[in-house]
Amino acid sequence: MSQTLYDKLMSTHMVHDQDGASLIYIDRQLIHEVTSPQAFEGLTLAGRKIWRNKSNLAVPDHNVPTTERSSGVSSITDPISRLQVETLDKNCETFEINEIQMNDIRQGIVHVIGPEQGATLPGMSIVCGDSHTTTHGALGALAFGIGTSEVEHVLATGCLWQNKAKNMKIEVKGQLANDVSAKDVALYVIGKIGTAGGTGFAIEFCGSTIRDMSIEGRMTLCNMSIEAGAKVGIVAVDDKTINYVKGRPFSPVGENWDAAVKYWKTLHSDADSNFDESILIDASLIKPQVTWGTSPEMVVDINGSTPDPKLEKDEVKAESIRNALKYIHLKPNTSMSSVAIDKVFIGSCTNSRIEDLRIAASVAKGKKIAHNIKLALVVPGSGLVKKQAEDEGLDKIFKDAGFEWREPGCSMCLAMNADKLEVGERCASTSNRNFEGRQGQGSFTHLVSPAIAAASAIAGHFSGVET
Amino acid sequence: MKKFTSLSSIATPLDRANIDTDAIIPKQFLKSIKKSGFGPNLFDEWRYLDHGEPGMDNSKRPINPDFVLNNPKYSKAQILLTRRNFGCGSSREHAPWALEDFGFRAIIAPSFADIFYNNCFKNGILPVVLSSEIVDGLFEYTGNIVIDLHDQSVTTDTHSFEFNVDPERKRRLINGLDDIGLTLQYEDQIRLFETEHFKKHPWL
Repeated sequence: MSQTLYDKLMSTHMVHDQDGASLIYIDRQLIHEVTSPQAFEGLTLAGRKIWRNKSNLAVPDHNVPTTERSSGVSSITDPISRLQVETLDKNCETFEINEIQMNDIRQGIVHVIGPEQGATLPGMSIVCGDSHTTTHGALGALAFGIGTSEVEHVLATGCLWQNKAKNMKIEVKGQLANDVSAKDVALYVIGKIGTAGGTGFAIEFCGSTIRDMSIEGRMTLCNMSIEAGAKVGIVAVDDKTINYVKGRPFSPVGENWDAAVKYWKTLHSDADSNFDESILIDASLIKPQVTWGTSPEMVVDINGSTPDPKLEKDEVKAESIRNALKYIHLKPNTSMSSVAIDKVFIGSCTNSRIEDLRIAASVAKGKKIAHNIKLALVVPGSGLVKKQAEDEGLDKIFKDAGFEWREPGCSMCLAMNADKLEVGERCASTSNRNFEGRQGQGSFTHLVSPAIAAASAIAGHFSGVET
Repeated sequence: MKKFTSLSSIATPLDRANIDTDAIIPKQFLKSIKKSGFGPNLFDEWRYLDHGEPGMDNSKRPINPDFVLNNPKYSKAQILLTRRNFGCGSSREHAPWALEDFGFRAIIAPSFADIFYNNCFKNGILPVVLSSEIVDGLFEYTGNIVIDLHDQSVTTDTHSFEFNVDPERKRRLINGLDDIGLTLQYEDQIRLFETEHFKKHPWL
């Protein structure tokens, strides 16, 4: 019987099936400091052991400072943030789990370092106590976010109970314009299907646009699947995937490599496989995107305007528009390019990889950020991305343009560390969520691509890239 | 795991769609390494007029009188009634921890986000999906609601509605079963699977 890629990956990992609930084997668990302490505590209280230490890889990312931190964990000034990172270090030591610590050059955002280290491979089942685990689907892996109870469950049993999702195909065809990136595709799709459009589904992205997209672009796209409600976002394996994985520290070598490649080449949906829902997107229609509201589905073209709730027939939606505009201090029918910004954030598990930084740097090169910009941050996704960027001179381009060049971490995407917006500040952000208060209580987040973030920093307001 | 069989309570109506887990429990409270004590900070940014930080004496903070959770009428409510796509966004289990700690044991909505929905069951909270029309009706209703998991029913003074729940999740919630303990009953099967799996995929 023909199968979708998601179906194949589910059946490959199926240990047991009971009334539609599947016990699936987990090849890799990624762990960070925020959603794991209670899981380790649970294990300790129950006197349970780790099922397979080798399956786990930990890294602190959410709470770490992005400013000078050469003195290590003691340079985290917030005592409760520090305790959380210390607790991760202690738990990994006690339970003998491989941890990349804060000042290791390999440290970074969990969803950046997994693929970068080859710790996430095609065909693997991968979980993490973080919703953006969808990112790893870009490599043809079955990857999804879980809660802390499930983190504990995977630590203790190596497995997880899952109810099988339905299959959705999102086919994107055609060539993207030069100023349009994977982030714009993601926001465009979310604008089309809504933040609950993918609920209950595993989304497979396919089509010529996806085949032409780099692996890092696919990561950006899969990363945002959860913002469309889908716990899983996935792309079939192709030569790009295999080339990307090759030679990474955790990647197989020799005979194992050959065997792996042979298997990985089967990781695609069968030609006549059945999807519960299919959506076709014409890539040529996608323009650079900017969110105007407090949900990723509240998005328009960079040349667009905020909506008018009076024109919305669905009362729940109209009320959402009114609430969002009220929160974000914008009037209906406001042209986005007329909206001034205070801060710019280039980073997060969505857009902090080397290609993102290259694009942003190419826009910022030889320019200066506008006078009204109080802070423009560039936060690389990992220490290795940072080093690569510095080797290419990108740090200098950013600094010359007035950006701050920081240490890696989640940073202002969710503002658990010191990087946050103040009340009333408006930010052009390459992150993934524009929820109320996400980047700081009473602050306003607008999601954009790295190119648009850089162009907006130069313009002082939302702006497309000058061509 | 905490059991859920049935409950009888009025519902707190939170009339908003797409409530995300950042709103349910803002990030600054995620720095805790404990599982308890999140209730006072449930919906923190909507509930209080000041900026909340961990360690504050919440009883001394200025409350937002317009926010429904602050209405004394609902102080004993164990049911939260809300709109579609409740719990979207971050996978933080701190969201159900905060809801449970505050006193909610059931949530009624037209739809839930997947990860949040799953996290509820791990914490003795029953998420109930009813159609938008029925939820509209419940927003107009102020009386007592009985939720019975065994019968899969939501009953008001005048109506009774059925809801769907996955049989395995239902069994575990009704009996308050320990997920990990249950899974470890399959230990031999997992070992066997693992051996075969690594034989087929030796690079793992």
